[in-house]
Order: sequence, then structure tokens, then C-alpha cells
Amino acid sequence: MKNLGELLVQPDPFEEILMGNQALVRAMVESNTRVATSYPGSPTPEIASAIQDIPKDRQPFYFEFSVNEKVATEVAFGAAINGNLSCVFYKSVGLNVALDTFVQLGLVNIIGGMVVVIGDDPGANSSQNEQDNRNIYRMAKVTVLEPASPKEAYAYYKQAAQLAVAHKTIVVLRLATHVCHARQKINFAGYTEDKGYKTQFNKENGPYIPLTVLALEMKRLAMERIGPILSDIRKSGLNQVIRSSSSQGKGIITAGLTWLSVLDVLERFSHRPNLLKLGVVNPLDREGILSFLTSNDQVLILEELDDILENQIKAMAYDHGLTVTITGKTRDKDFIGEFTPDKTFEKILATWPEMMPRGIKEAGQKEEGLVAEGLKEKTPVAIVPDRSAQMCPGCGHRSAFFAIKKALNKEDITVADIGCHTLGYMPPYEVGEVLMCMGASPGIASGLSLNNGGKKVVAFLGDSTFFHAGLPGLINTIFNSHNITLIIMENGTTAMTGHQDHAGGVIKIETLLKGLGIEQVFSCDTYSQEKLTGLVKEALKAEGISVVIARHPCMLKFTRGQRKKKGYVQKHIAIDPQTCTQAHVCVESFGCPSFIRNLDGSVSVNTDLCLGDGSCRPSCPDQAIGFEKETNEGI
Amino acid sequence: MKEYNIYIIGVGGQGIGLLSQTLLRGADHAGLEVMAVDTHGLAQRGGVVVSRIRCGSRVFSPLTLSHNCDIVLGMEIHEALRGVGAALKEGGTLVYLNISWQPLPVRLGQCPEVRTWDLSLACKNLDARCLEVETQGLADARMQNIALVGTVAKHALIPGVAKEDYARALEDLLSGDILARNMDIFNQYAG
Repeated sequence: MKNLGELLVQPDPFEEILMGNQALVRAMVESNTRVATSYPGSPTPEIASAIQDIPKDRQPFYFEFSVNEKVATEVAFGAAINGNLSCVFYKSVGLNVALDTFVQLGLVNIIGGMVVVIGDDPGANSSQNEQDNRNIYRMAKVTVLEPASPKEAYAYYKQAAQLAVAHKTIVVLRLATHVCHARQKINFAGYTEDKGYKTQFNKENGPYIPLTVLALEMKRLAMERIGPILSDIRKSGLNQVIRSSSSQGKGIITAGLTWLSVLDVLERFSHRPNLLKLGVVNPLDREGILSFLTSNDQVLILEELDDILENQIKAMAYDHGLTVTITGKTRDKDFIGEFTPDKTFEKILATWPEMMPRGIKEAGQKEEGLVAEGLKEKTPVAIVPDRSAQMCPGCGHRSAFFAIKKALNKEDITVADIGCHTLGYMPPYEVGEVLMCMGASPGIASGLSLNNGGKKVVAFLGDSTFFHAGLPGLINTIFNSHNITLIIMENGTTAMTGHQDHAGGVIKIETLLKGLGIEQVFSCDTYSQEKLTGLVKEALKAEGISVVIARHPCMLKFTRGQRKKKGYVQKHIAIDPQTCTQAHVCVESFGCPSFIRNLDGSVSVNTDLCLGDGSCRPSCPDQAIGFEKETNEGI
Repeated sequence: MKEYNIYIIGVGGQGIGLLSQTLLRGADHAGLEVMAVDTHGLAQRGGVVVSRIRCGSRVFSPLTLSHNCDIVLGMEIHEALRGVGAALKEGGTLVYLNISWQPLPVRLGQCPEVRTWDLSLACKNLDARCLEVETQGLADARMQNIALVGTVAKHALIPGVAKEDYARALEDLLSGDILARNMDIFNQYAG
């Protein structure tokens, strides 16, 4: 395989196995996208890494990581009303940040066209919730395409771009985690390079000022656009019907990844319902759906998360006096989690028990649904302990939490924020007792601090989050004289999502804090644990806002860089069994995953994991942790 | 081939991505229809990572039904047992690296460590084959994933995929000195 970046800008057609997120970049190139913006968030960061993999002199369009999703949306919008096709991409909850801008986009004449790619996260694999953004798309009156696979992500982006350009509007491409991260072989088309950039902004293309009566006029124009868009959607073949000769009057309506679950489990059934797969989930093609409803006696709607399709389709059937039975979500669990093949299998059987495949015996009732024997849970012979995500070996946040905990009183309240340092809430640190969303900690801490007696309130923020949404909360603490301590966990990167750069590389946080007039600003490297404990104690004594910058570079990023250097020497720590009294502070309280607890109570070191950073050494009350004799394992 | 499912489970940082991509591309070179998907939570490192590879002409979703995988590849003993419980079908095959990355409850002394006999017993219950892979001799722990690829090739576990197909996949994905070192390990384990 050629280098990914070179492949993505190759003018000739090619066939390659790519991830959904990577395939999307080729579609952006082929569609002549001129500007792309983003704020990193799973499941979409690999879109950005694929763009950044393209050689600098061959970058097909302008790309930036903006400071947050709202700004990213605004930058893409600005480029698009100048006449260029633009794209902004981010994760599900990123839409909440961008919402103030996003809800306006459907109202505006976007002369260059704009594609908004949003990675929803059914199952909350890497998000604080699994919100169904289709609720928002209905409100914003925008067209939404939902691919089921990497192949479709590639094809649908191109269709979305065409619709957006033709109708001078935005089109949303709704991805899901397992569409973004799936890999399959895709046939990519060729393209002709066009680096033309337009500067055609003209207020006559508007209205662009949605005030007074214009706001309603813009809404009227947006409503008018839906008809022609639907007409194009009908011609596009994005909504697909598969008729079956063994349907027995049954039909299934579905979309996205659930479509693939349906196809998969139907392989196990002897007769197959008719199928309607919606590639466009907003606006719905009323004509096509009514035609499908009238050709079936019973229709099951299978959709992940909320009952968006179901409610609209039931309303259509009511309006037309149809007698078809429509089943959608009947239990709370139908609203929760991904529609995996397991869940789809169970839901189809719960709706139509007579469809039980031959050869699979009924294993009896489980909850409300029938469970086939092949799906019944097996009990492992031993209990497998949970393995939650955790801070990496050498992580500066670990040293910080270990040190900060010593400065806090039991009744003090700690407020977490989004980032790697969120993991401090888990044992053995248990620092961070409430978490909301990006940048919420200074505000929540301020509210908690009101009339709070002697209890101190400490808020945590990562450095990327500080710039993303933390600043308004911090400024509010100054403006309204709140009494909190803010600890900024500065690791120099957006670590959780894969080490993207952030504004901290250009704007120094400490300078900014001083510029805001905050007098109590302390900072130190987190490996200086004793000093950090002292600084936090001092900060807690201060009245009003005090800030501690707890600094250490992300060790995952740092070590990867070091390993690439010639002559790199891999170090490990070692425990001296003579000195060790098995106090277990290293393994139980400091909690680096490199420690191994042996059956005899002794502690040893997992050299697969240990970086030899030595950050654990101050934790040992016996000074039993030293460095192992050096070995050269460099590449 | 109608359907053949592979379930890979390990800990973030173990190189599950390269392992999965090598098998995916190996199957593709052998002419199989194939797709894959990785499931990783929010952490860069240290949480459970699962990758599924599905081969065959009647396969649609990258996700699999429970207890429906022909092979489970466990990159660590705790995760191997978790994988057997979640995914292995009766009569399937478990291949696992005999290493332990202790999860937090074990390190805190709240839960016993999984042992290799737990895996043998779990496989016996499922009439499944249980293949242990020793990697003690490897100079670089980051190449343990390739020992698994070699073992899959040695036992021809994915029907129709030959040793050369996996070797070609490695050539697709790696280059230079890193390719040479990984290829050595692959050959050592593929026999």
C-alpha cells in the first residue's frame, strides 16, 4: 500500500482498504472541498490525521483545528459564503458547543455549499452521553444523509456535497462510531485537481442578517428549499427498497449501521421481510415511505437511539388512514445503546416470534424477548476483573493527583472536566466528584462555592479544554468574585483524542492568566510532587480565584518521540526486595499500571509497560524504588 | 466461504490495530471478502480494545453476534478470558499470548489474577481448541502482536489464507528496518 496521504490525492482511480474516516477524506478531495475545519473528538479524529498525512505541498484544501466546534463551524461557514465548498467535522456532543451557530445554517443562502460531518456515538463508547442528534437536525431543518459503512461514507459525502452546492445550503453527514472505524475495500474514482479559491462574498446573496422580519423570511426560504431537495433525493437512489418473495406481509424500515445488523441477522431466517433502507433521515421521503407502508401489513421500524423515524412515519400513516400495523420502540431498552446484530435479532424475534429460525431452539423467555440458544450467555469459569481506561505509565496527571490529594481536606469538593485527567475520578485517586462537559468545571465549582462554609472547591481543566470552553467560566469567577481554586492540568497537547495541537502552543496560559488580573497563579512540574502539594495548599488558603498550573508533557507523546531518536535507551525502574517492606503505596495509592502484585505480596515491575520515568519513586515510604541497570532497546 | 469471524481483544497500547490490519489485509490478499472494525473506548492506553474481522460472502455488519466467532485472539490472559466469554463459539479456537497486564482490581488486591488454567477450562467447556503463545524471548514487547499473526499463519486458522498473504500484508503496512524486524518475528512463529 502506498502512503495513505499520497493515495488520498492520487488523481487516478484506485482500490484500497480504508477506514470510514479515511475514505471520507478522499470524498472531500474528489468533491473539490476547499476548506475543512474541526475540533478533535472521537469518533472523528482520524479524518484529521488522514488530512494531515497528505504531503504539505500537495494539501488539497485548507485545514485547521479550530479552538472549539463552534468556531470551527463559523470558519467553515465564512469560507462557504465566500463561494467555496467547506466541511466541518466533530463528534456528537461537539454539536452542543456549535449549536448557536449550527441552528442558523439551514436558514442561510450558503453559496459555496457546506457539509457538516458529525460522528454520533451510540453506545457512548467515548462520550459523556449517546445523544441522538437527529432531534436537532429536525429543529434546524437541515438535510441529513446517514451512511452505514465506509463505502457509503465515501459515496454519501459526494452526494451530500452535490446537494449542498446545488441547493446552496448545508447538508449533514451523520456518522456513527462503528461506521467511522470500520475498514473495508473501496473503489475510489479519479478526480481532476482544482485549486481555485473563490472570494465571492456579496451581501446581495443574503439575507445574512437574521433580525426582525428577516428572520421569518429566512425561515420561509429555508422551508421552500425542502421541496426541491426532496425531489433530488428521490432521484438519487439514497433510499432503497428491497422486496422479498417470502415477506409474508412484513416490512422493516431502518437506516445507518442498523441496516447492516438487519441484513446480517436475516441470513439466519427462513423468510425475509421487505426492506426499506433510508439513506436520507431528514427530511423523510413521504411518498416513498407511504408506498412502502401500503405494500405491507406489518412494519417494524428499527432505529438506534430515539424514535425519530417512528414518530414521523406513524404520523404519515395516521394522516393517510393506513391500516398497516407499525411497531417501533416498545421498551426503554430500545432507546439505549447500539442496535448491534444481537439486539436487532432479539428485537425482530420479540416482534415476530413466528419468525424463529429453524434449527435454533427456543431457550425460553429472557426479559420480554425470546433468546435463541446460540445467543444465550455463557458463564466464564473465572471472573474477569474490570479493566477501565486509566492514565498511562509515567502520566504527569498521576503524579499530580497523588500530590494534590495530600493537600485536600476530606470535605473539600473536587470538580472534574473532560480530558485524560477525568480518569482521576477512579480509584485509587478519587479526585473529581462531578463531571458535566467541556469547560464546565469553573462554573460548577463557582456554584458549589456559594455559602459553602469552610469547604474548599477545586476545579480541574485540561489545557486544550481551557481554550475550548473553559475561559468564559474562568472569567466569570473573576467578574463575580467566586472563591475557587482552579488546577490546570497542562500536558501540552489534546491528548485524549490523539495529540492534536491546541492554542497553548501560541498563547501561554500563565501569561493569559496574569493578563486577566489573577494574582494567585502558581505553577510547577507535576513530578515535583512535594512542591505541588505545597503550592495547592497555598492556593487553597487564598481568597477569591487562585490557579495552579500542574505541568508535565504527555508521556505517551513524549516517549513516542524519544523512541524515534537514535541511541534511545529504554530505562525501567526496579524494586529492591531487601528494602521493600510491602507497604504497597506504589501499587495501591500511586497506582501506576506498571506495578505487578505478586501472590506472595511482593511487588515487581512489568517491563512491557514501565517507561523508567521514575515518577513513582517519591511515593515509596522505604525508598525501595530505584532504576534498573540500563538496557539498550532503542530502534 | 459464507462466514468466518475473528475476535481480537487486548489492552490499549498492545498494537491491536496493526494485528487486526495485518489479518484483514492478509484475508484480502487471499481473495476473501472481508471487513473489520476496532472498538476502543476513550483512552489512548490501558482500557480494553476489541477488533473484529469478518470474512465471507454473506457478511454485512462489521459487528458480530455474541458467541459467534470462529477464533478469539487474546493479547493478554485476562482479556483472553473476557473474549472467550463474549465471543467464542463452540468448537472454535482461542489463541492467546501468555502475558499478564494486571487490571486495577488485581493490583489493588481486590480480585485474583486470571491464570492459564482458567483459559484451558473455559475452552474445554466450549469444546474449543486452546493455543498458548509464549513471547518471553522477544526483545521488543511491542512486537508481541506479530507473534500472534505468525501463530494464526502456522495453524492456517483462517481458511484459505496462506503464510505469504500475511507476509504481503505486513509489507503493505510496514517498511524499512521495522518491517524486517517484524517479518523475522512473523517467520519465527509461522514456522
